[in-house]
Amino acid sequence: MKKSYKIDVDCAACAAKMEDAANKTPGVKEAVVNFMALKMKVEFEDGADVAQVMGQVRENCKKVESDCEVFL
Amino acid sequence: MGDLSDKQKKTLLRIVCSIVMTAVLALSHLTGALLFVLYMCDYLLIGYDILIKAFKGIKNRQPLDECLLMSIATIGAIALALYERSGDYLEAVAVMLFYQIGEWFQGYAVGKSRRHIGELMDIAPDRANIETEGGVLEQVDPDDVEIGTLIVVQPGERIPIDGVIREGESSLDTSSLTGESMPRDVKPGDEVASGCINQSGMLRIETTKEFCESTASKVMELIEDAGMRKSKSEQFITRFARVYTPAVVISALALAVLPPVVLLLTGNEPGWGTWIYRALTFLVISCPCALVVSIPLSFFAGIGGASRQGVLVKGSNYLELLAKTSTIVFDKTGTLTKGAFEVKAIHPDVIEPHQLLHLASHVERYSNHPIANSVRLAYPDEADECVIENVEEIPGHGIRAGVNGDDIAVGNARLMDKMGAEVHECELCTGSGTSLHVTINNKYAGHIVIADAMKPHSKQAMAELKKCGVSKLVMLTGDSEKVAREVALELGIDEVYANLLPQDKVARVEELLASKRSGENLAFVGDGINDAPVLARSDVGIAMGAMGSDAAIEAADIVLMDDDPLKIATAIRISSKCLRIVRENIWFAIGVKLICLLLGAFGIANMWAAIFADVGVMVLAVLNAIRCMFIKGVKAEDDRS
Repeated sequence: MKKSYKIDVDCAACAAKMEDAANKTPGVKEAVVNFMALKMKVEFEDGADVAQVMGQVRENCKKVESDCEVFL
Repeated sequence: MGDLSDKQKKTLLRIVCSIVMTAVLALSHLTGALLFVLYMCDYLLIGYDILIKAFKGIKNRQPLDECLLMSIATIGAIALALYERSGDYLEAVAVMLFYQIGEWFQGYAVGKSRRHIGELMDIAPDRANIETEGGVLEQVDPDDVEIGTLIVVQPGERIPIDGVIREGESSLDTSSLTGESMPRDVKPGDEVASGCINQSGMLRIETTKEFCESTASKVMELIEDAGMRKSKSEQFITRFARVYTPAVVISALALAVLPPVVLLLTGNEPGWGTWIYRALTFLVISCPCALVVSIPLSFFAGIGGASRQGVLVKGSNYLELLAKTSTIVFDKTGTLTKGAFEVKAIHPDVIEPHQLLHLASHVERYSNHPIANSVRLAYPDEADECVIENVEEIPGHGIRAGVNGDDIAVGNARLMDKMGAEVHECELCTGSGTSLHVTINNKYAGHIVIADAMKPHSKQAMAELKKCGVSKLVMLTGDSEKVAREVALELGIDEVYANLLPQDKVARVEELLASKRSGENLAFVGDGINDAPVLARSDVGIAMGAMGSDAAIEAADIVLMDDDPLKIATAIRISSKCLRIVRENIWFAIGVKLICLLLGAFGIANMWAAIFADVGVMVLAVLNAIRCMFIKGVKAEDDRS
């Protein structure tokens, strides 16, 4: 399953860090961050609990870039 | 300045205050502890958020956070100033100040172009008008409009949802979808795509799709998502950024420790201060942001600019592939030709050409055959006083009728045989096309040549493509060899494959894919619906005429919103310029950073120079990237005047 989320982040390098962090989160099959459109597209593993995984994604993103936001 | 976010306004205020304070302090004659305290106030004013982020970075175990590195560099510089009692705190403050200015400018420029391109592409209105029972217009959210609802579009408004006109005539400005400035006239029964602007009359439209499935919404979604398919340059720079920061930090450490130790061991003065200062200079240049930001910005701007010209690119990677396209394969019908018959030549035996067409069009008056349509189209004043009677359609042969008392027959060679009229060889006919023979009172009077008409810009498009560096133009068609060869000759196409069935086309494209050189790409141009397998198989699939056709949008990588083959040249031009700008930025940014590192290592560039160069490179790279939005398309020769 694929879902798209709005994000907020200031710089392109930080967006790349968020992408890395999201991809390392368990339950995420693939995450792509589009810095210009401020969107994150996440493809989940089969049977993943989307709300729980996205909560984790947000937390992990905040860890690498304290100033970012993922709107769930 | 009304378009700044609160965060940007606050930072701007801090920057301005800090500049004033720094200038006052630099010009003042204060010394000692007071100067230090005031400089520290200034430093905290401009850099407190960086310091906080640096702290958070340590807490979250992010060792190579840019903020942390900036903090180390500036705090290190202050410590050195204290240690050496030089009183030069200005440098640390200035580095922080310039860093903030750079970040602020980057945020501003990106936000601005994001908004600018967003507005350009904002072709889906956020409301629709529905007429209530009392005849009053009510504005509703287009998301709530169900299929089959009658919506009202007033002059000057954008059509929100795809549909069919039920009432009203008008001309539509389709430029935001097609890039075509010529308005399109519409009348009841016509299908209209959302995103077009209604120019003159009020229209009542019955919707045929939901808002989110309508052309305008689809186009917007497509362009927004284009950045998701990342280009190779983007992947390269992200990878580079990942190793860049650690590499700079390690070199900085080495620079701080190795030379003094070596000097010490060889019995010289170690000069710790100098080397630590040089290492700190390294940290100032460690942020990869200038490198990273300009690439997605360039592609985003390029894709936005292309969409304004009626070319939809579904991903940054396709811009990259298109720029290196050496072979373009065309489907003939509907791509290079209109796919509709048109009168090409009139070869009369006895009467004036105009007269022959006149008679033929009368006879064809009541027929719905595509050939009849083309004849009537060539003679628009058909409805005159002439008397037409006894119209008789002979299936598979042609039509016969009385015009002003004369017996006129129009049809193929078989009809001529039947009439006993003698068809002779025509030296004017060059081959392609179908001859429509005409007899007057059973006597042969000449023929009208009808053929699939070329699109007006096909020939120019081929020439422009060659200019853009495409070395091989190939045409595939299900048509006969003779017709195919003639079209190819007229347009300047290099290779032709005729008499192909749809599955043969895939096989041909496979062969061409196998024969091209590596690193070069093959693009296929088709009209989308029946060419889907070939579009998918080629490196870049280009579909024509997406107005209202979902299949084309789905199957292709690049979609030309109008049917104009010239837009392929526009797309290639945009892609290669965009790529050149991206490459310029990559090498320029990396180059300047490396030079700075080198000069810093030898003590030629100090922290001032480093931060200046770093911010400067970023500003220039961002400005350069924004140019991608304004790349001009290829203009048609006929409206070049």
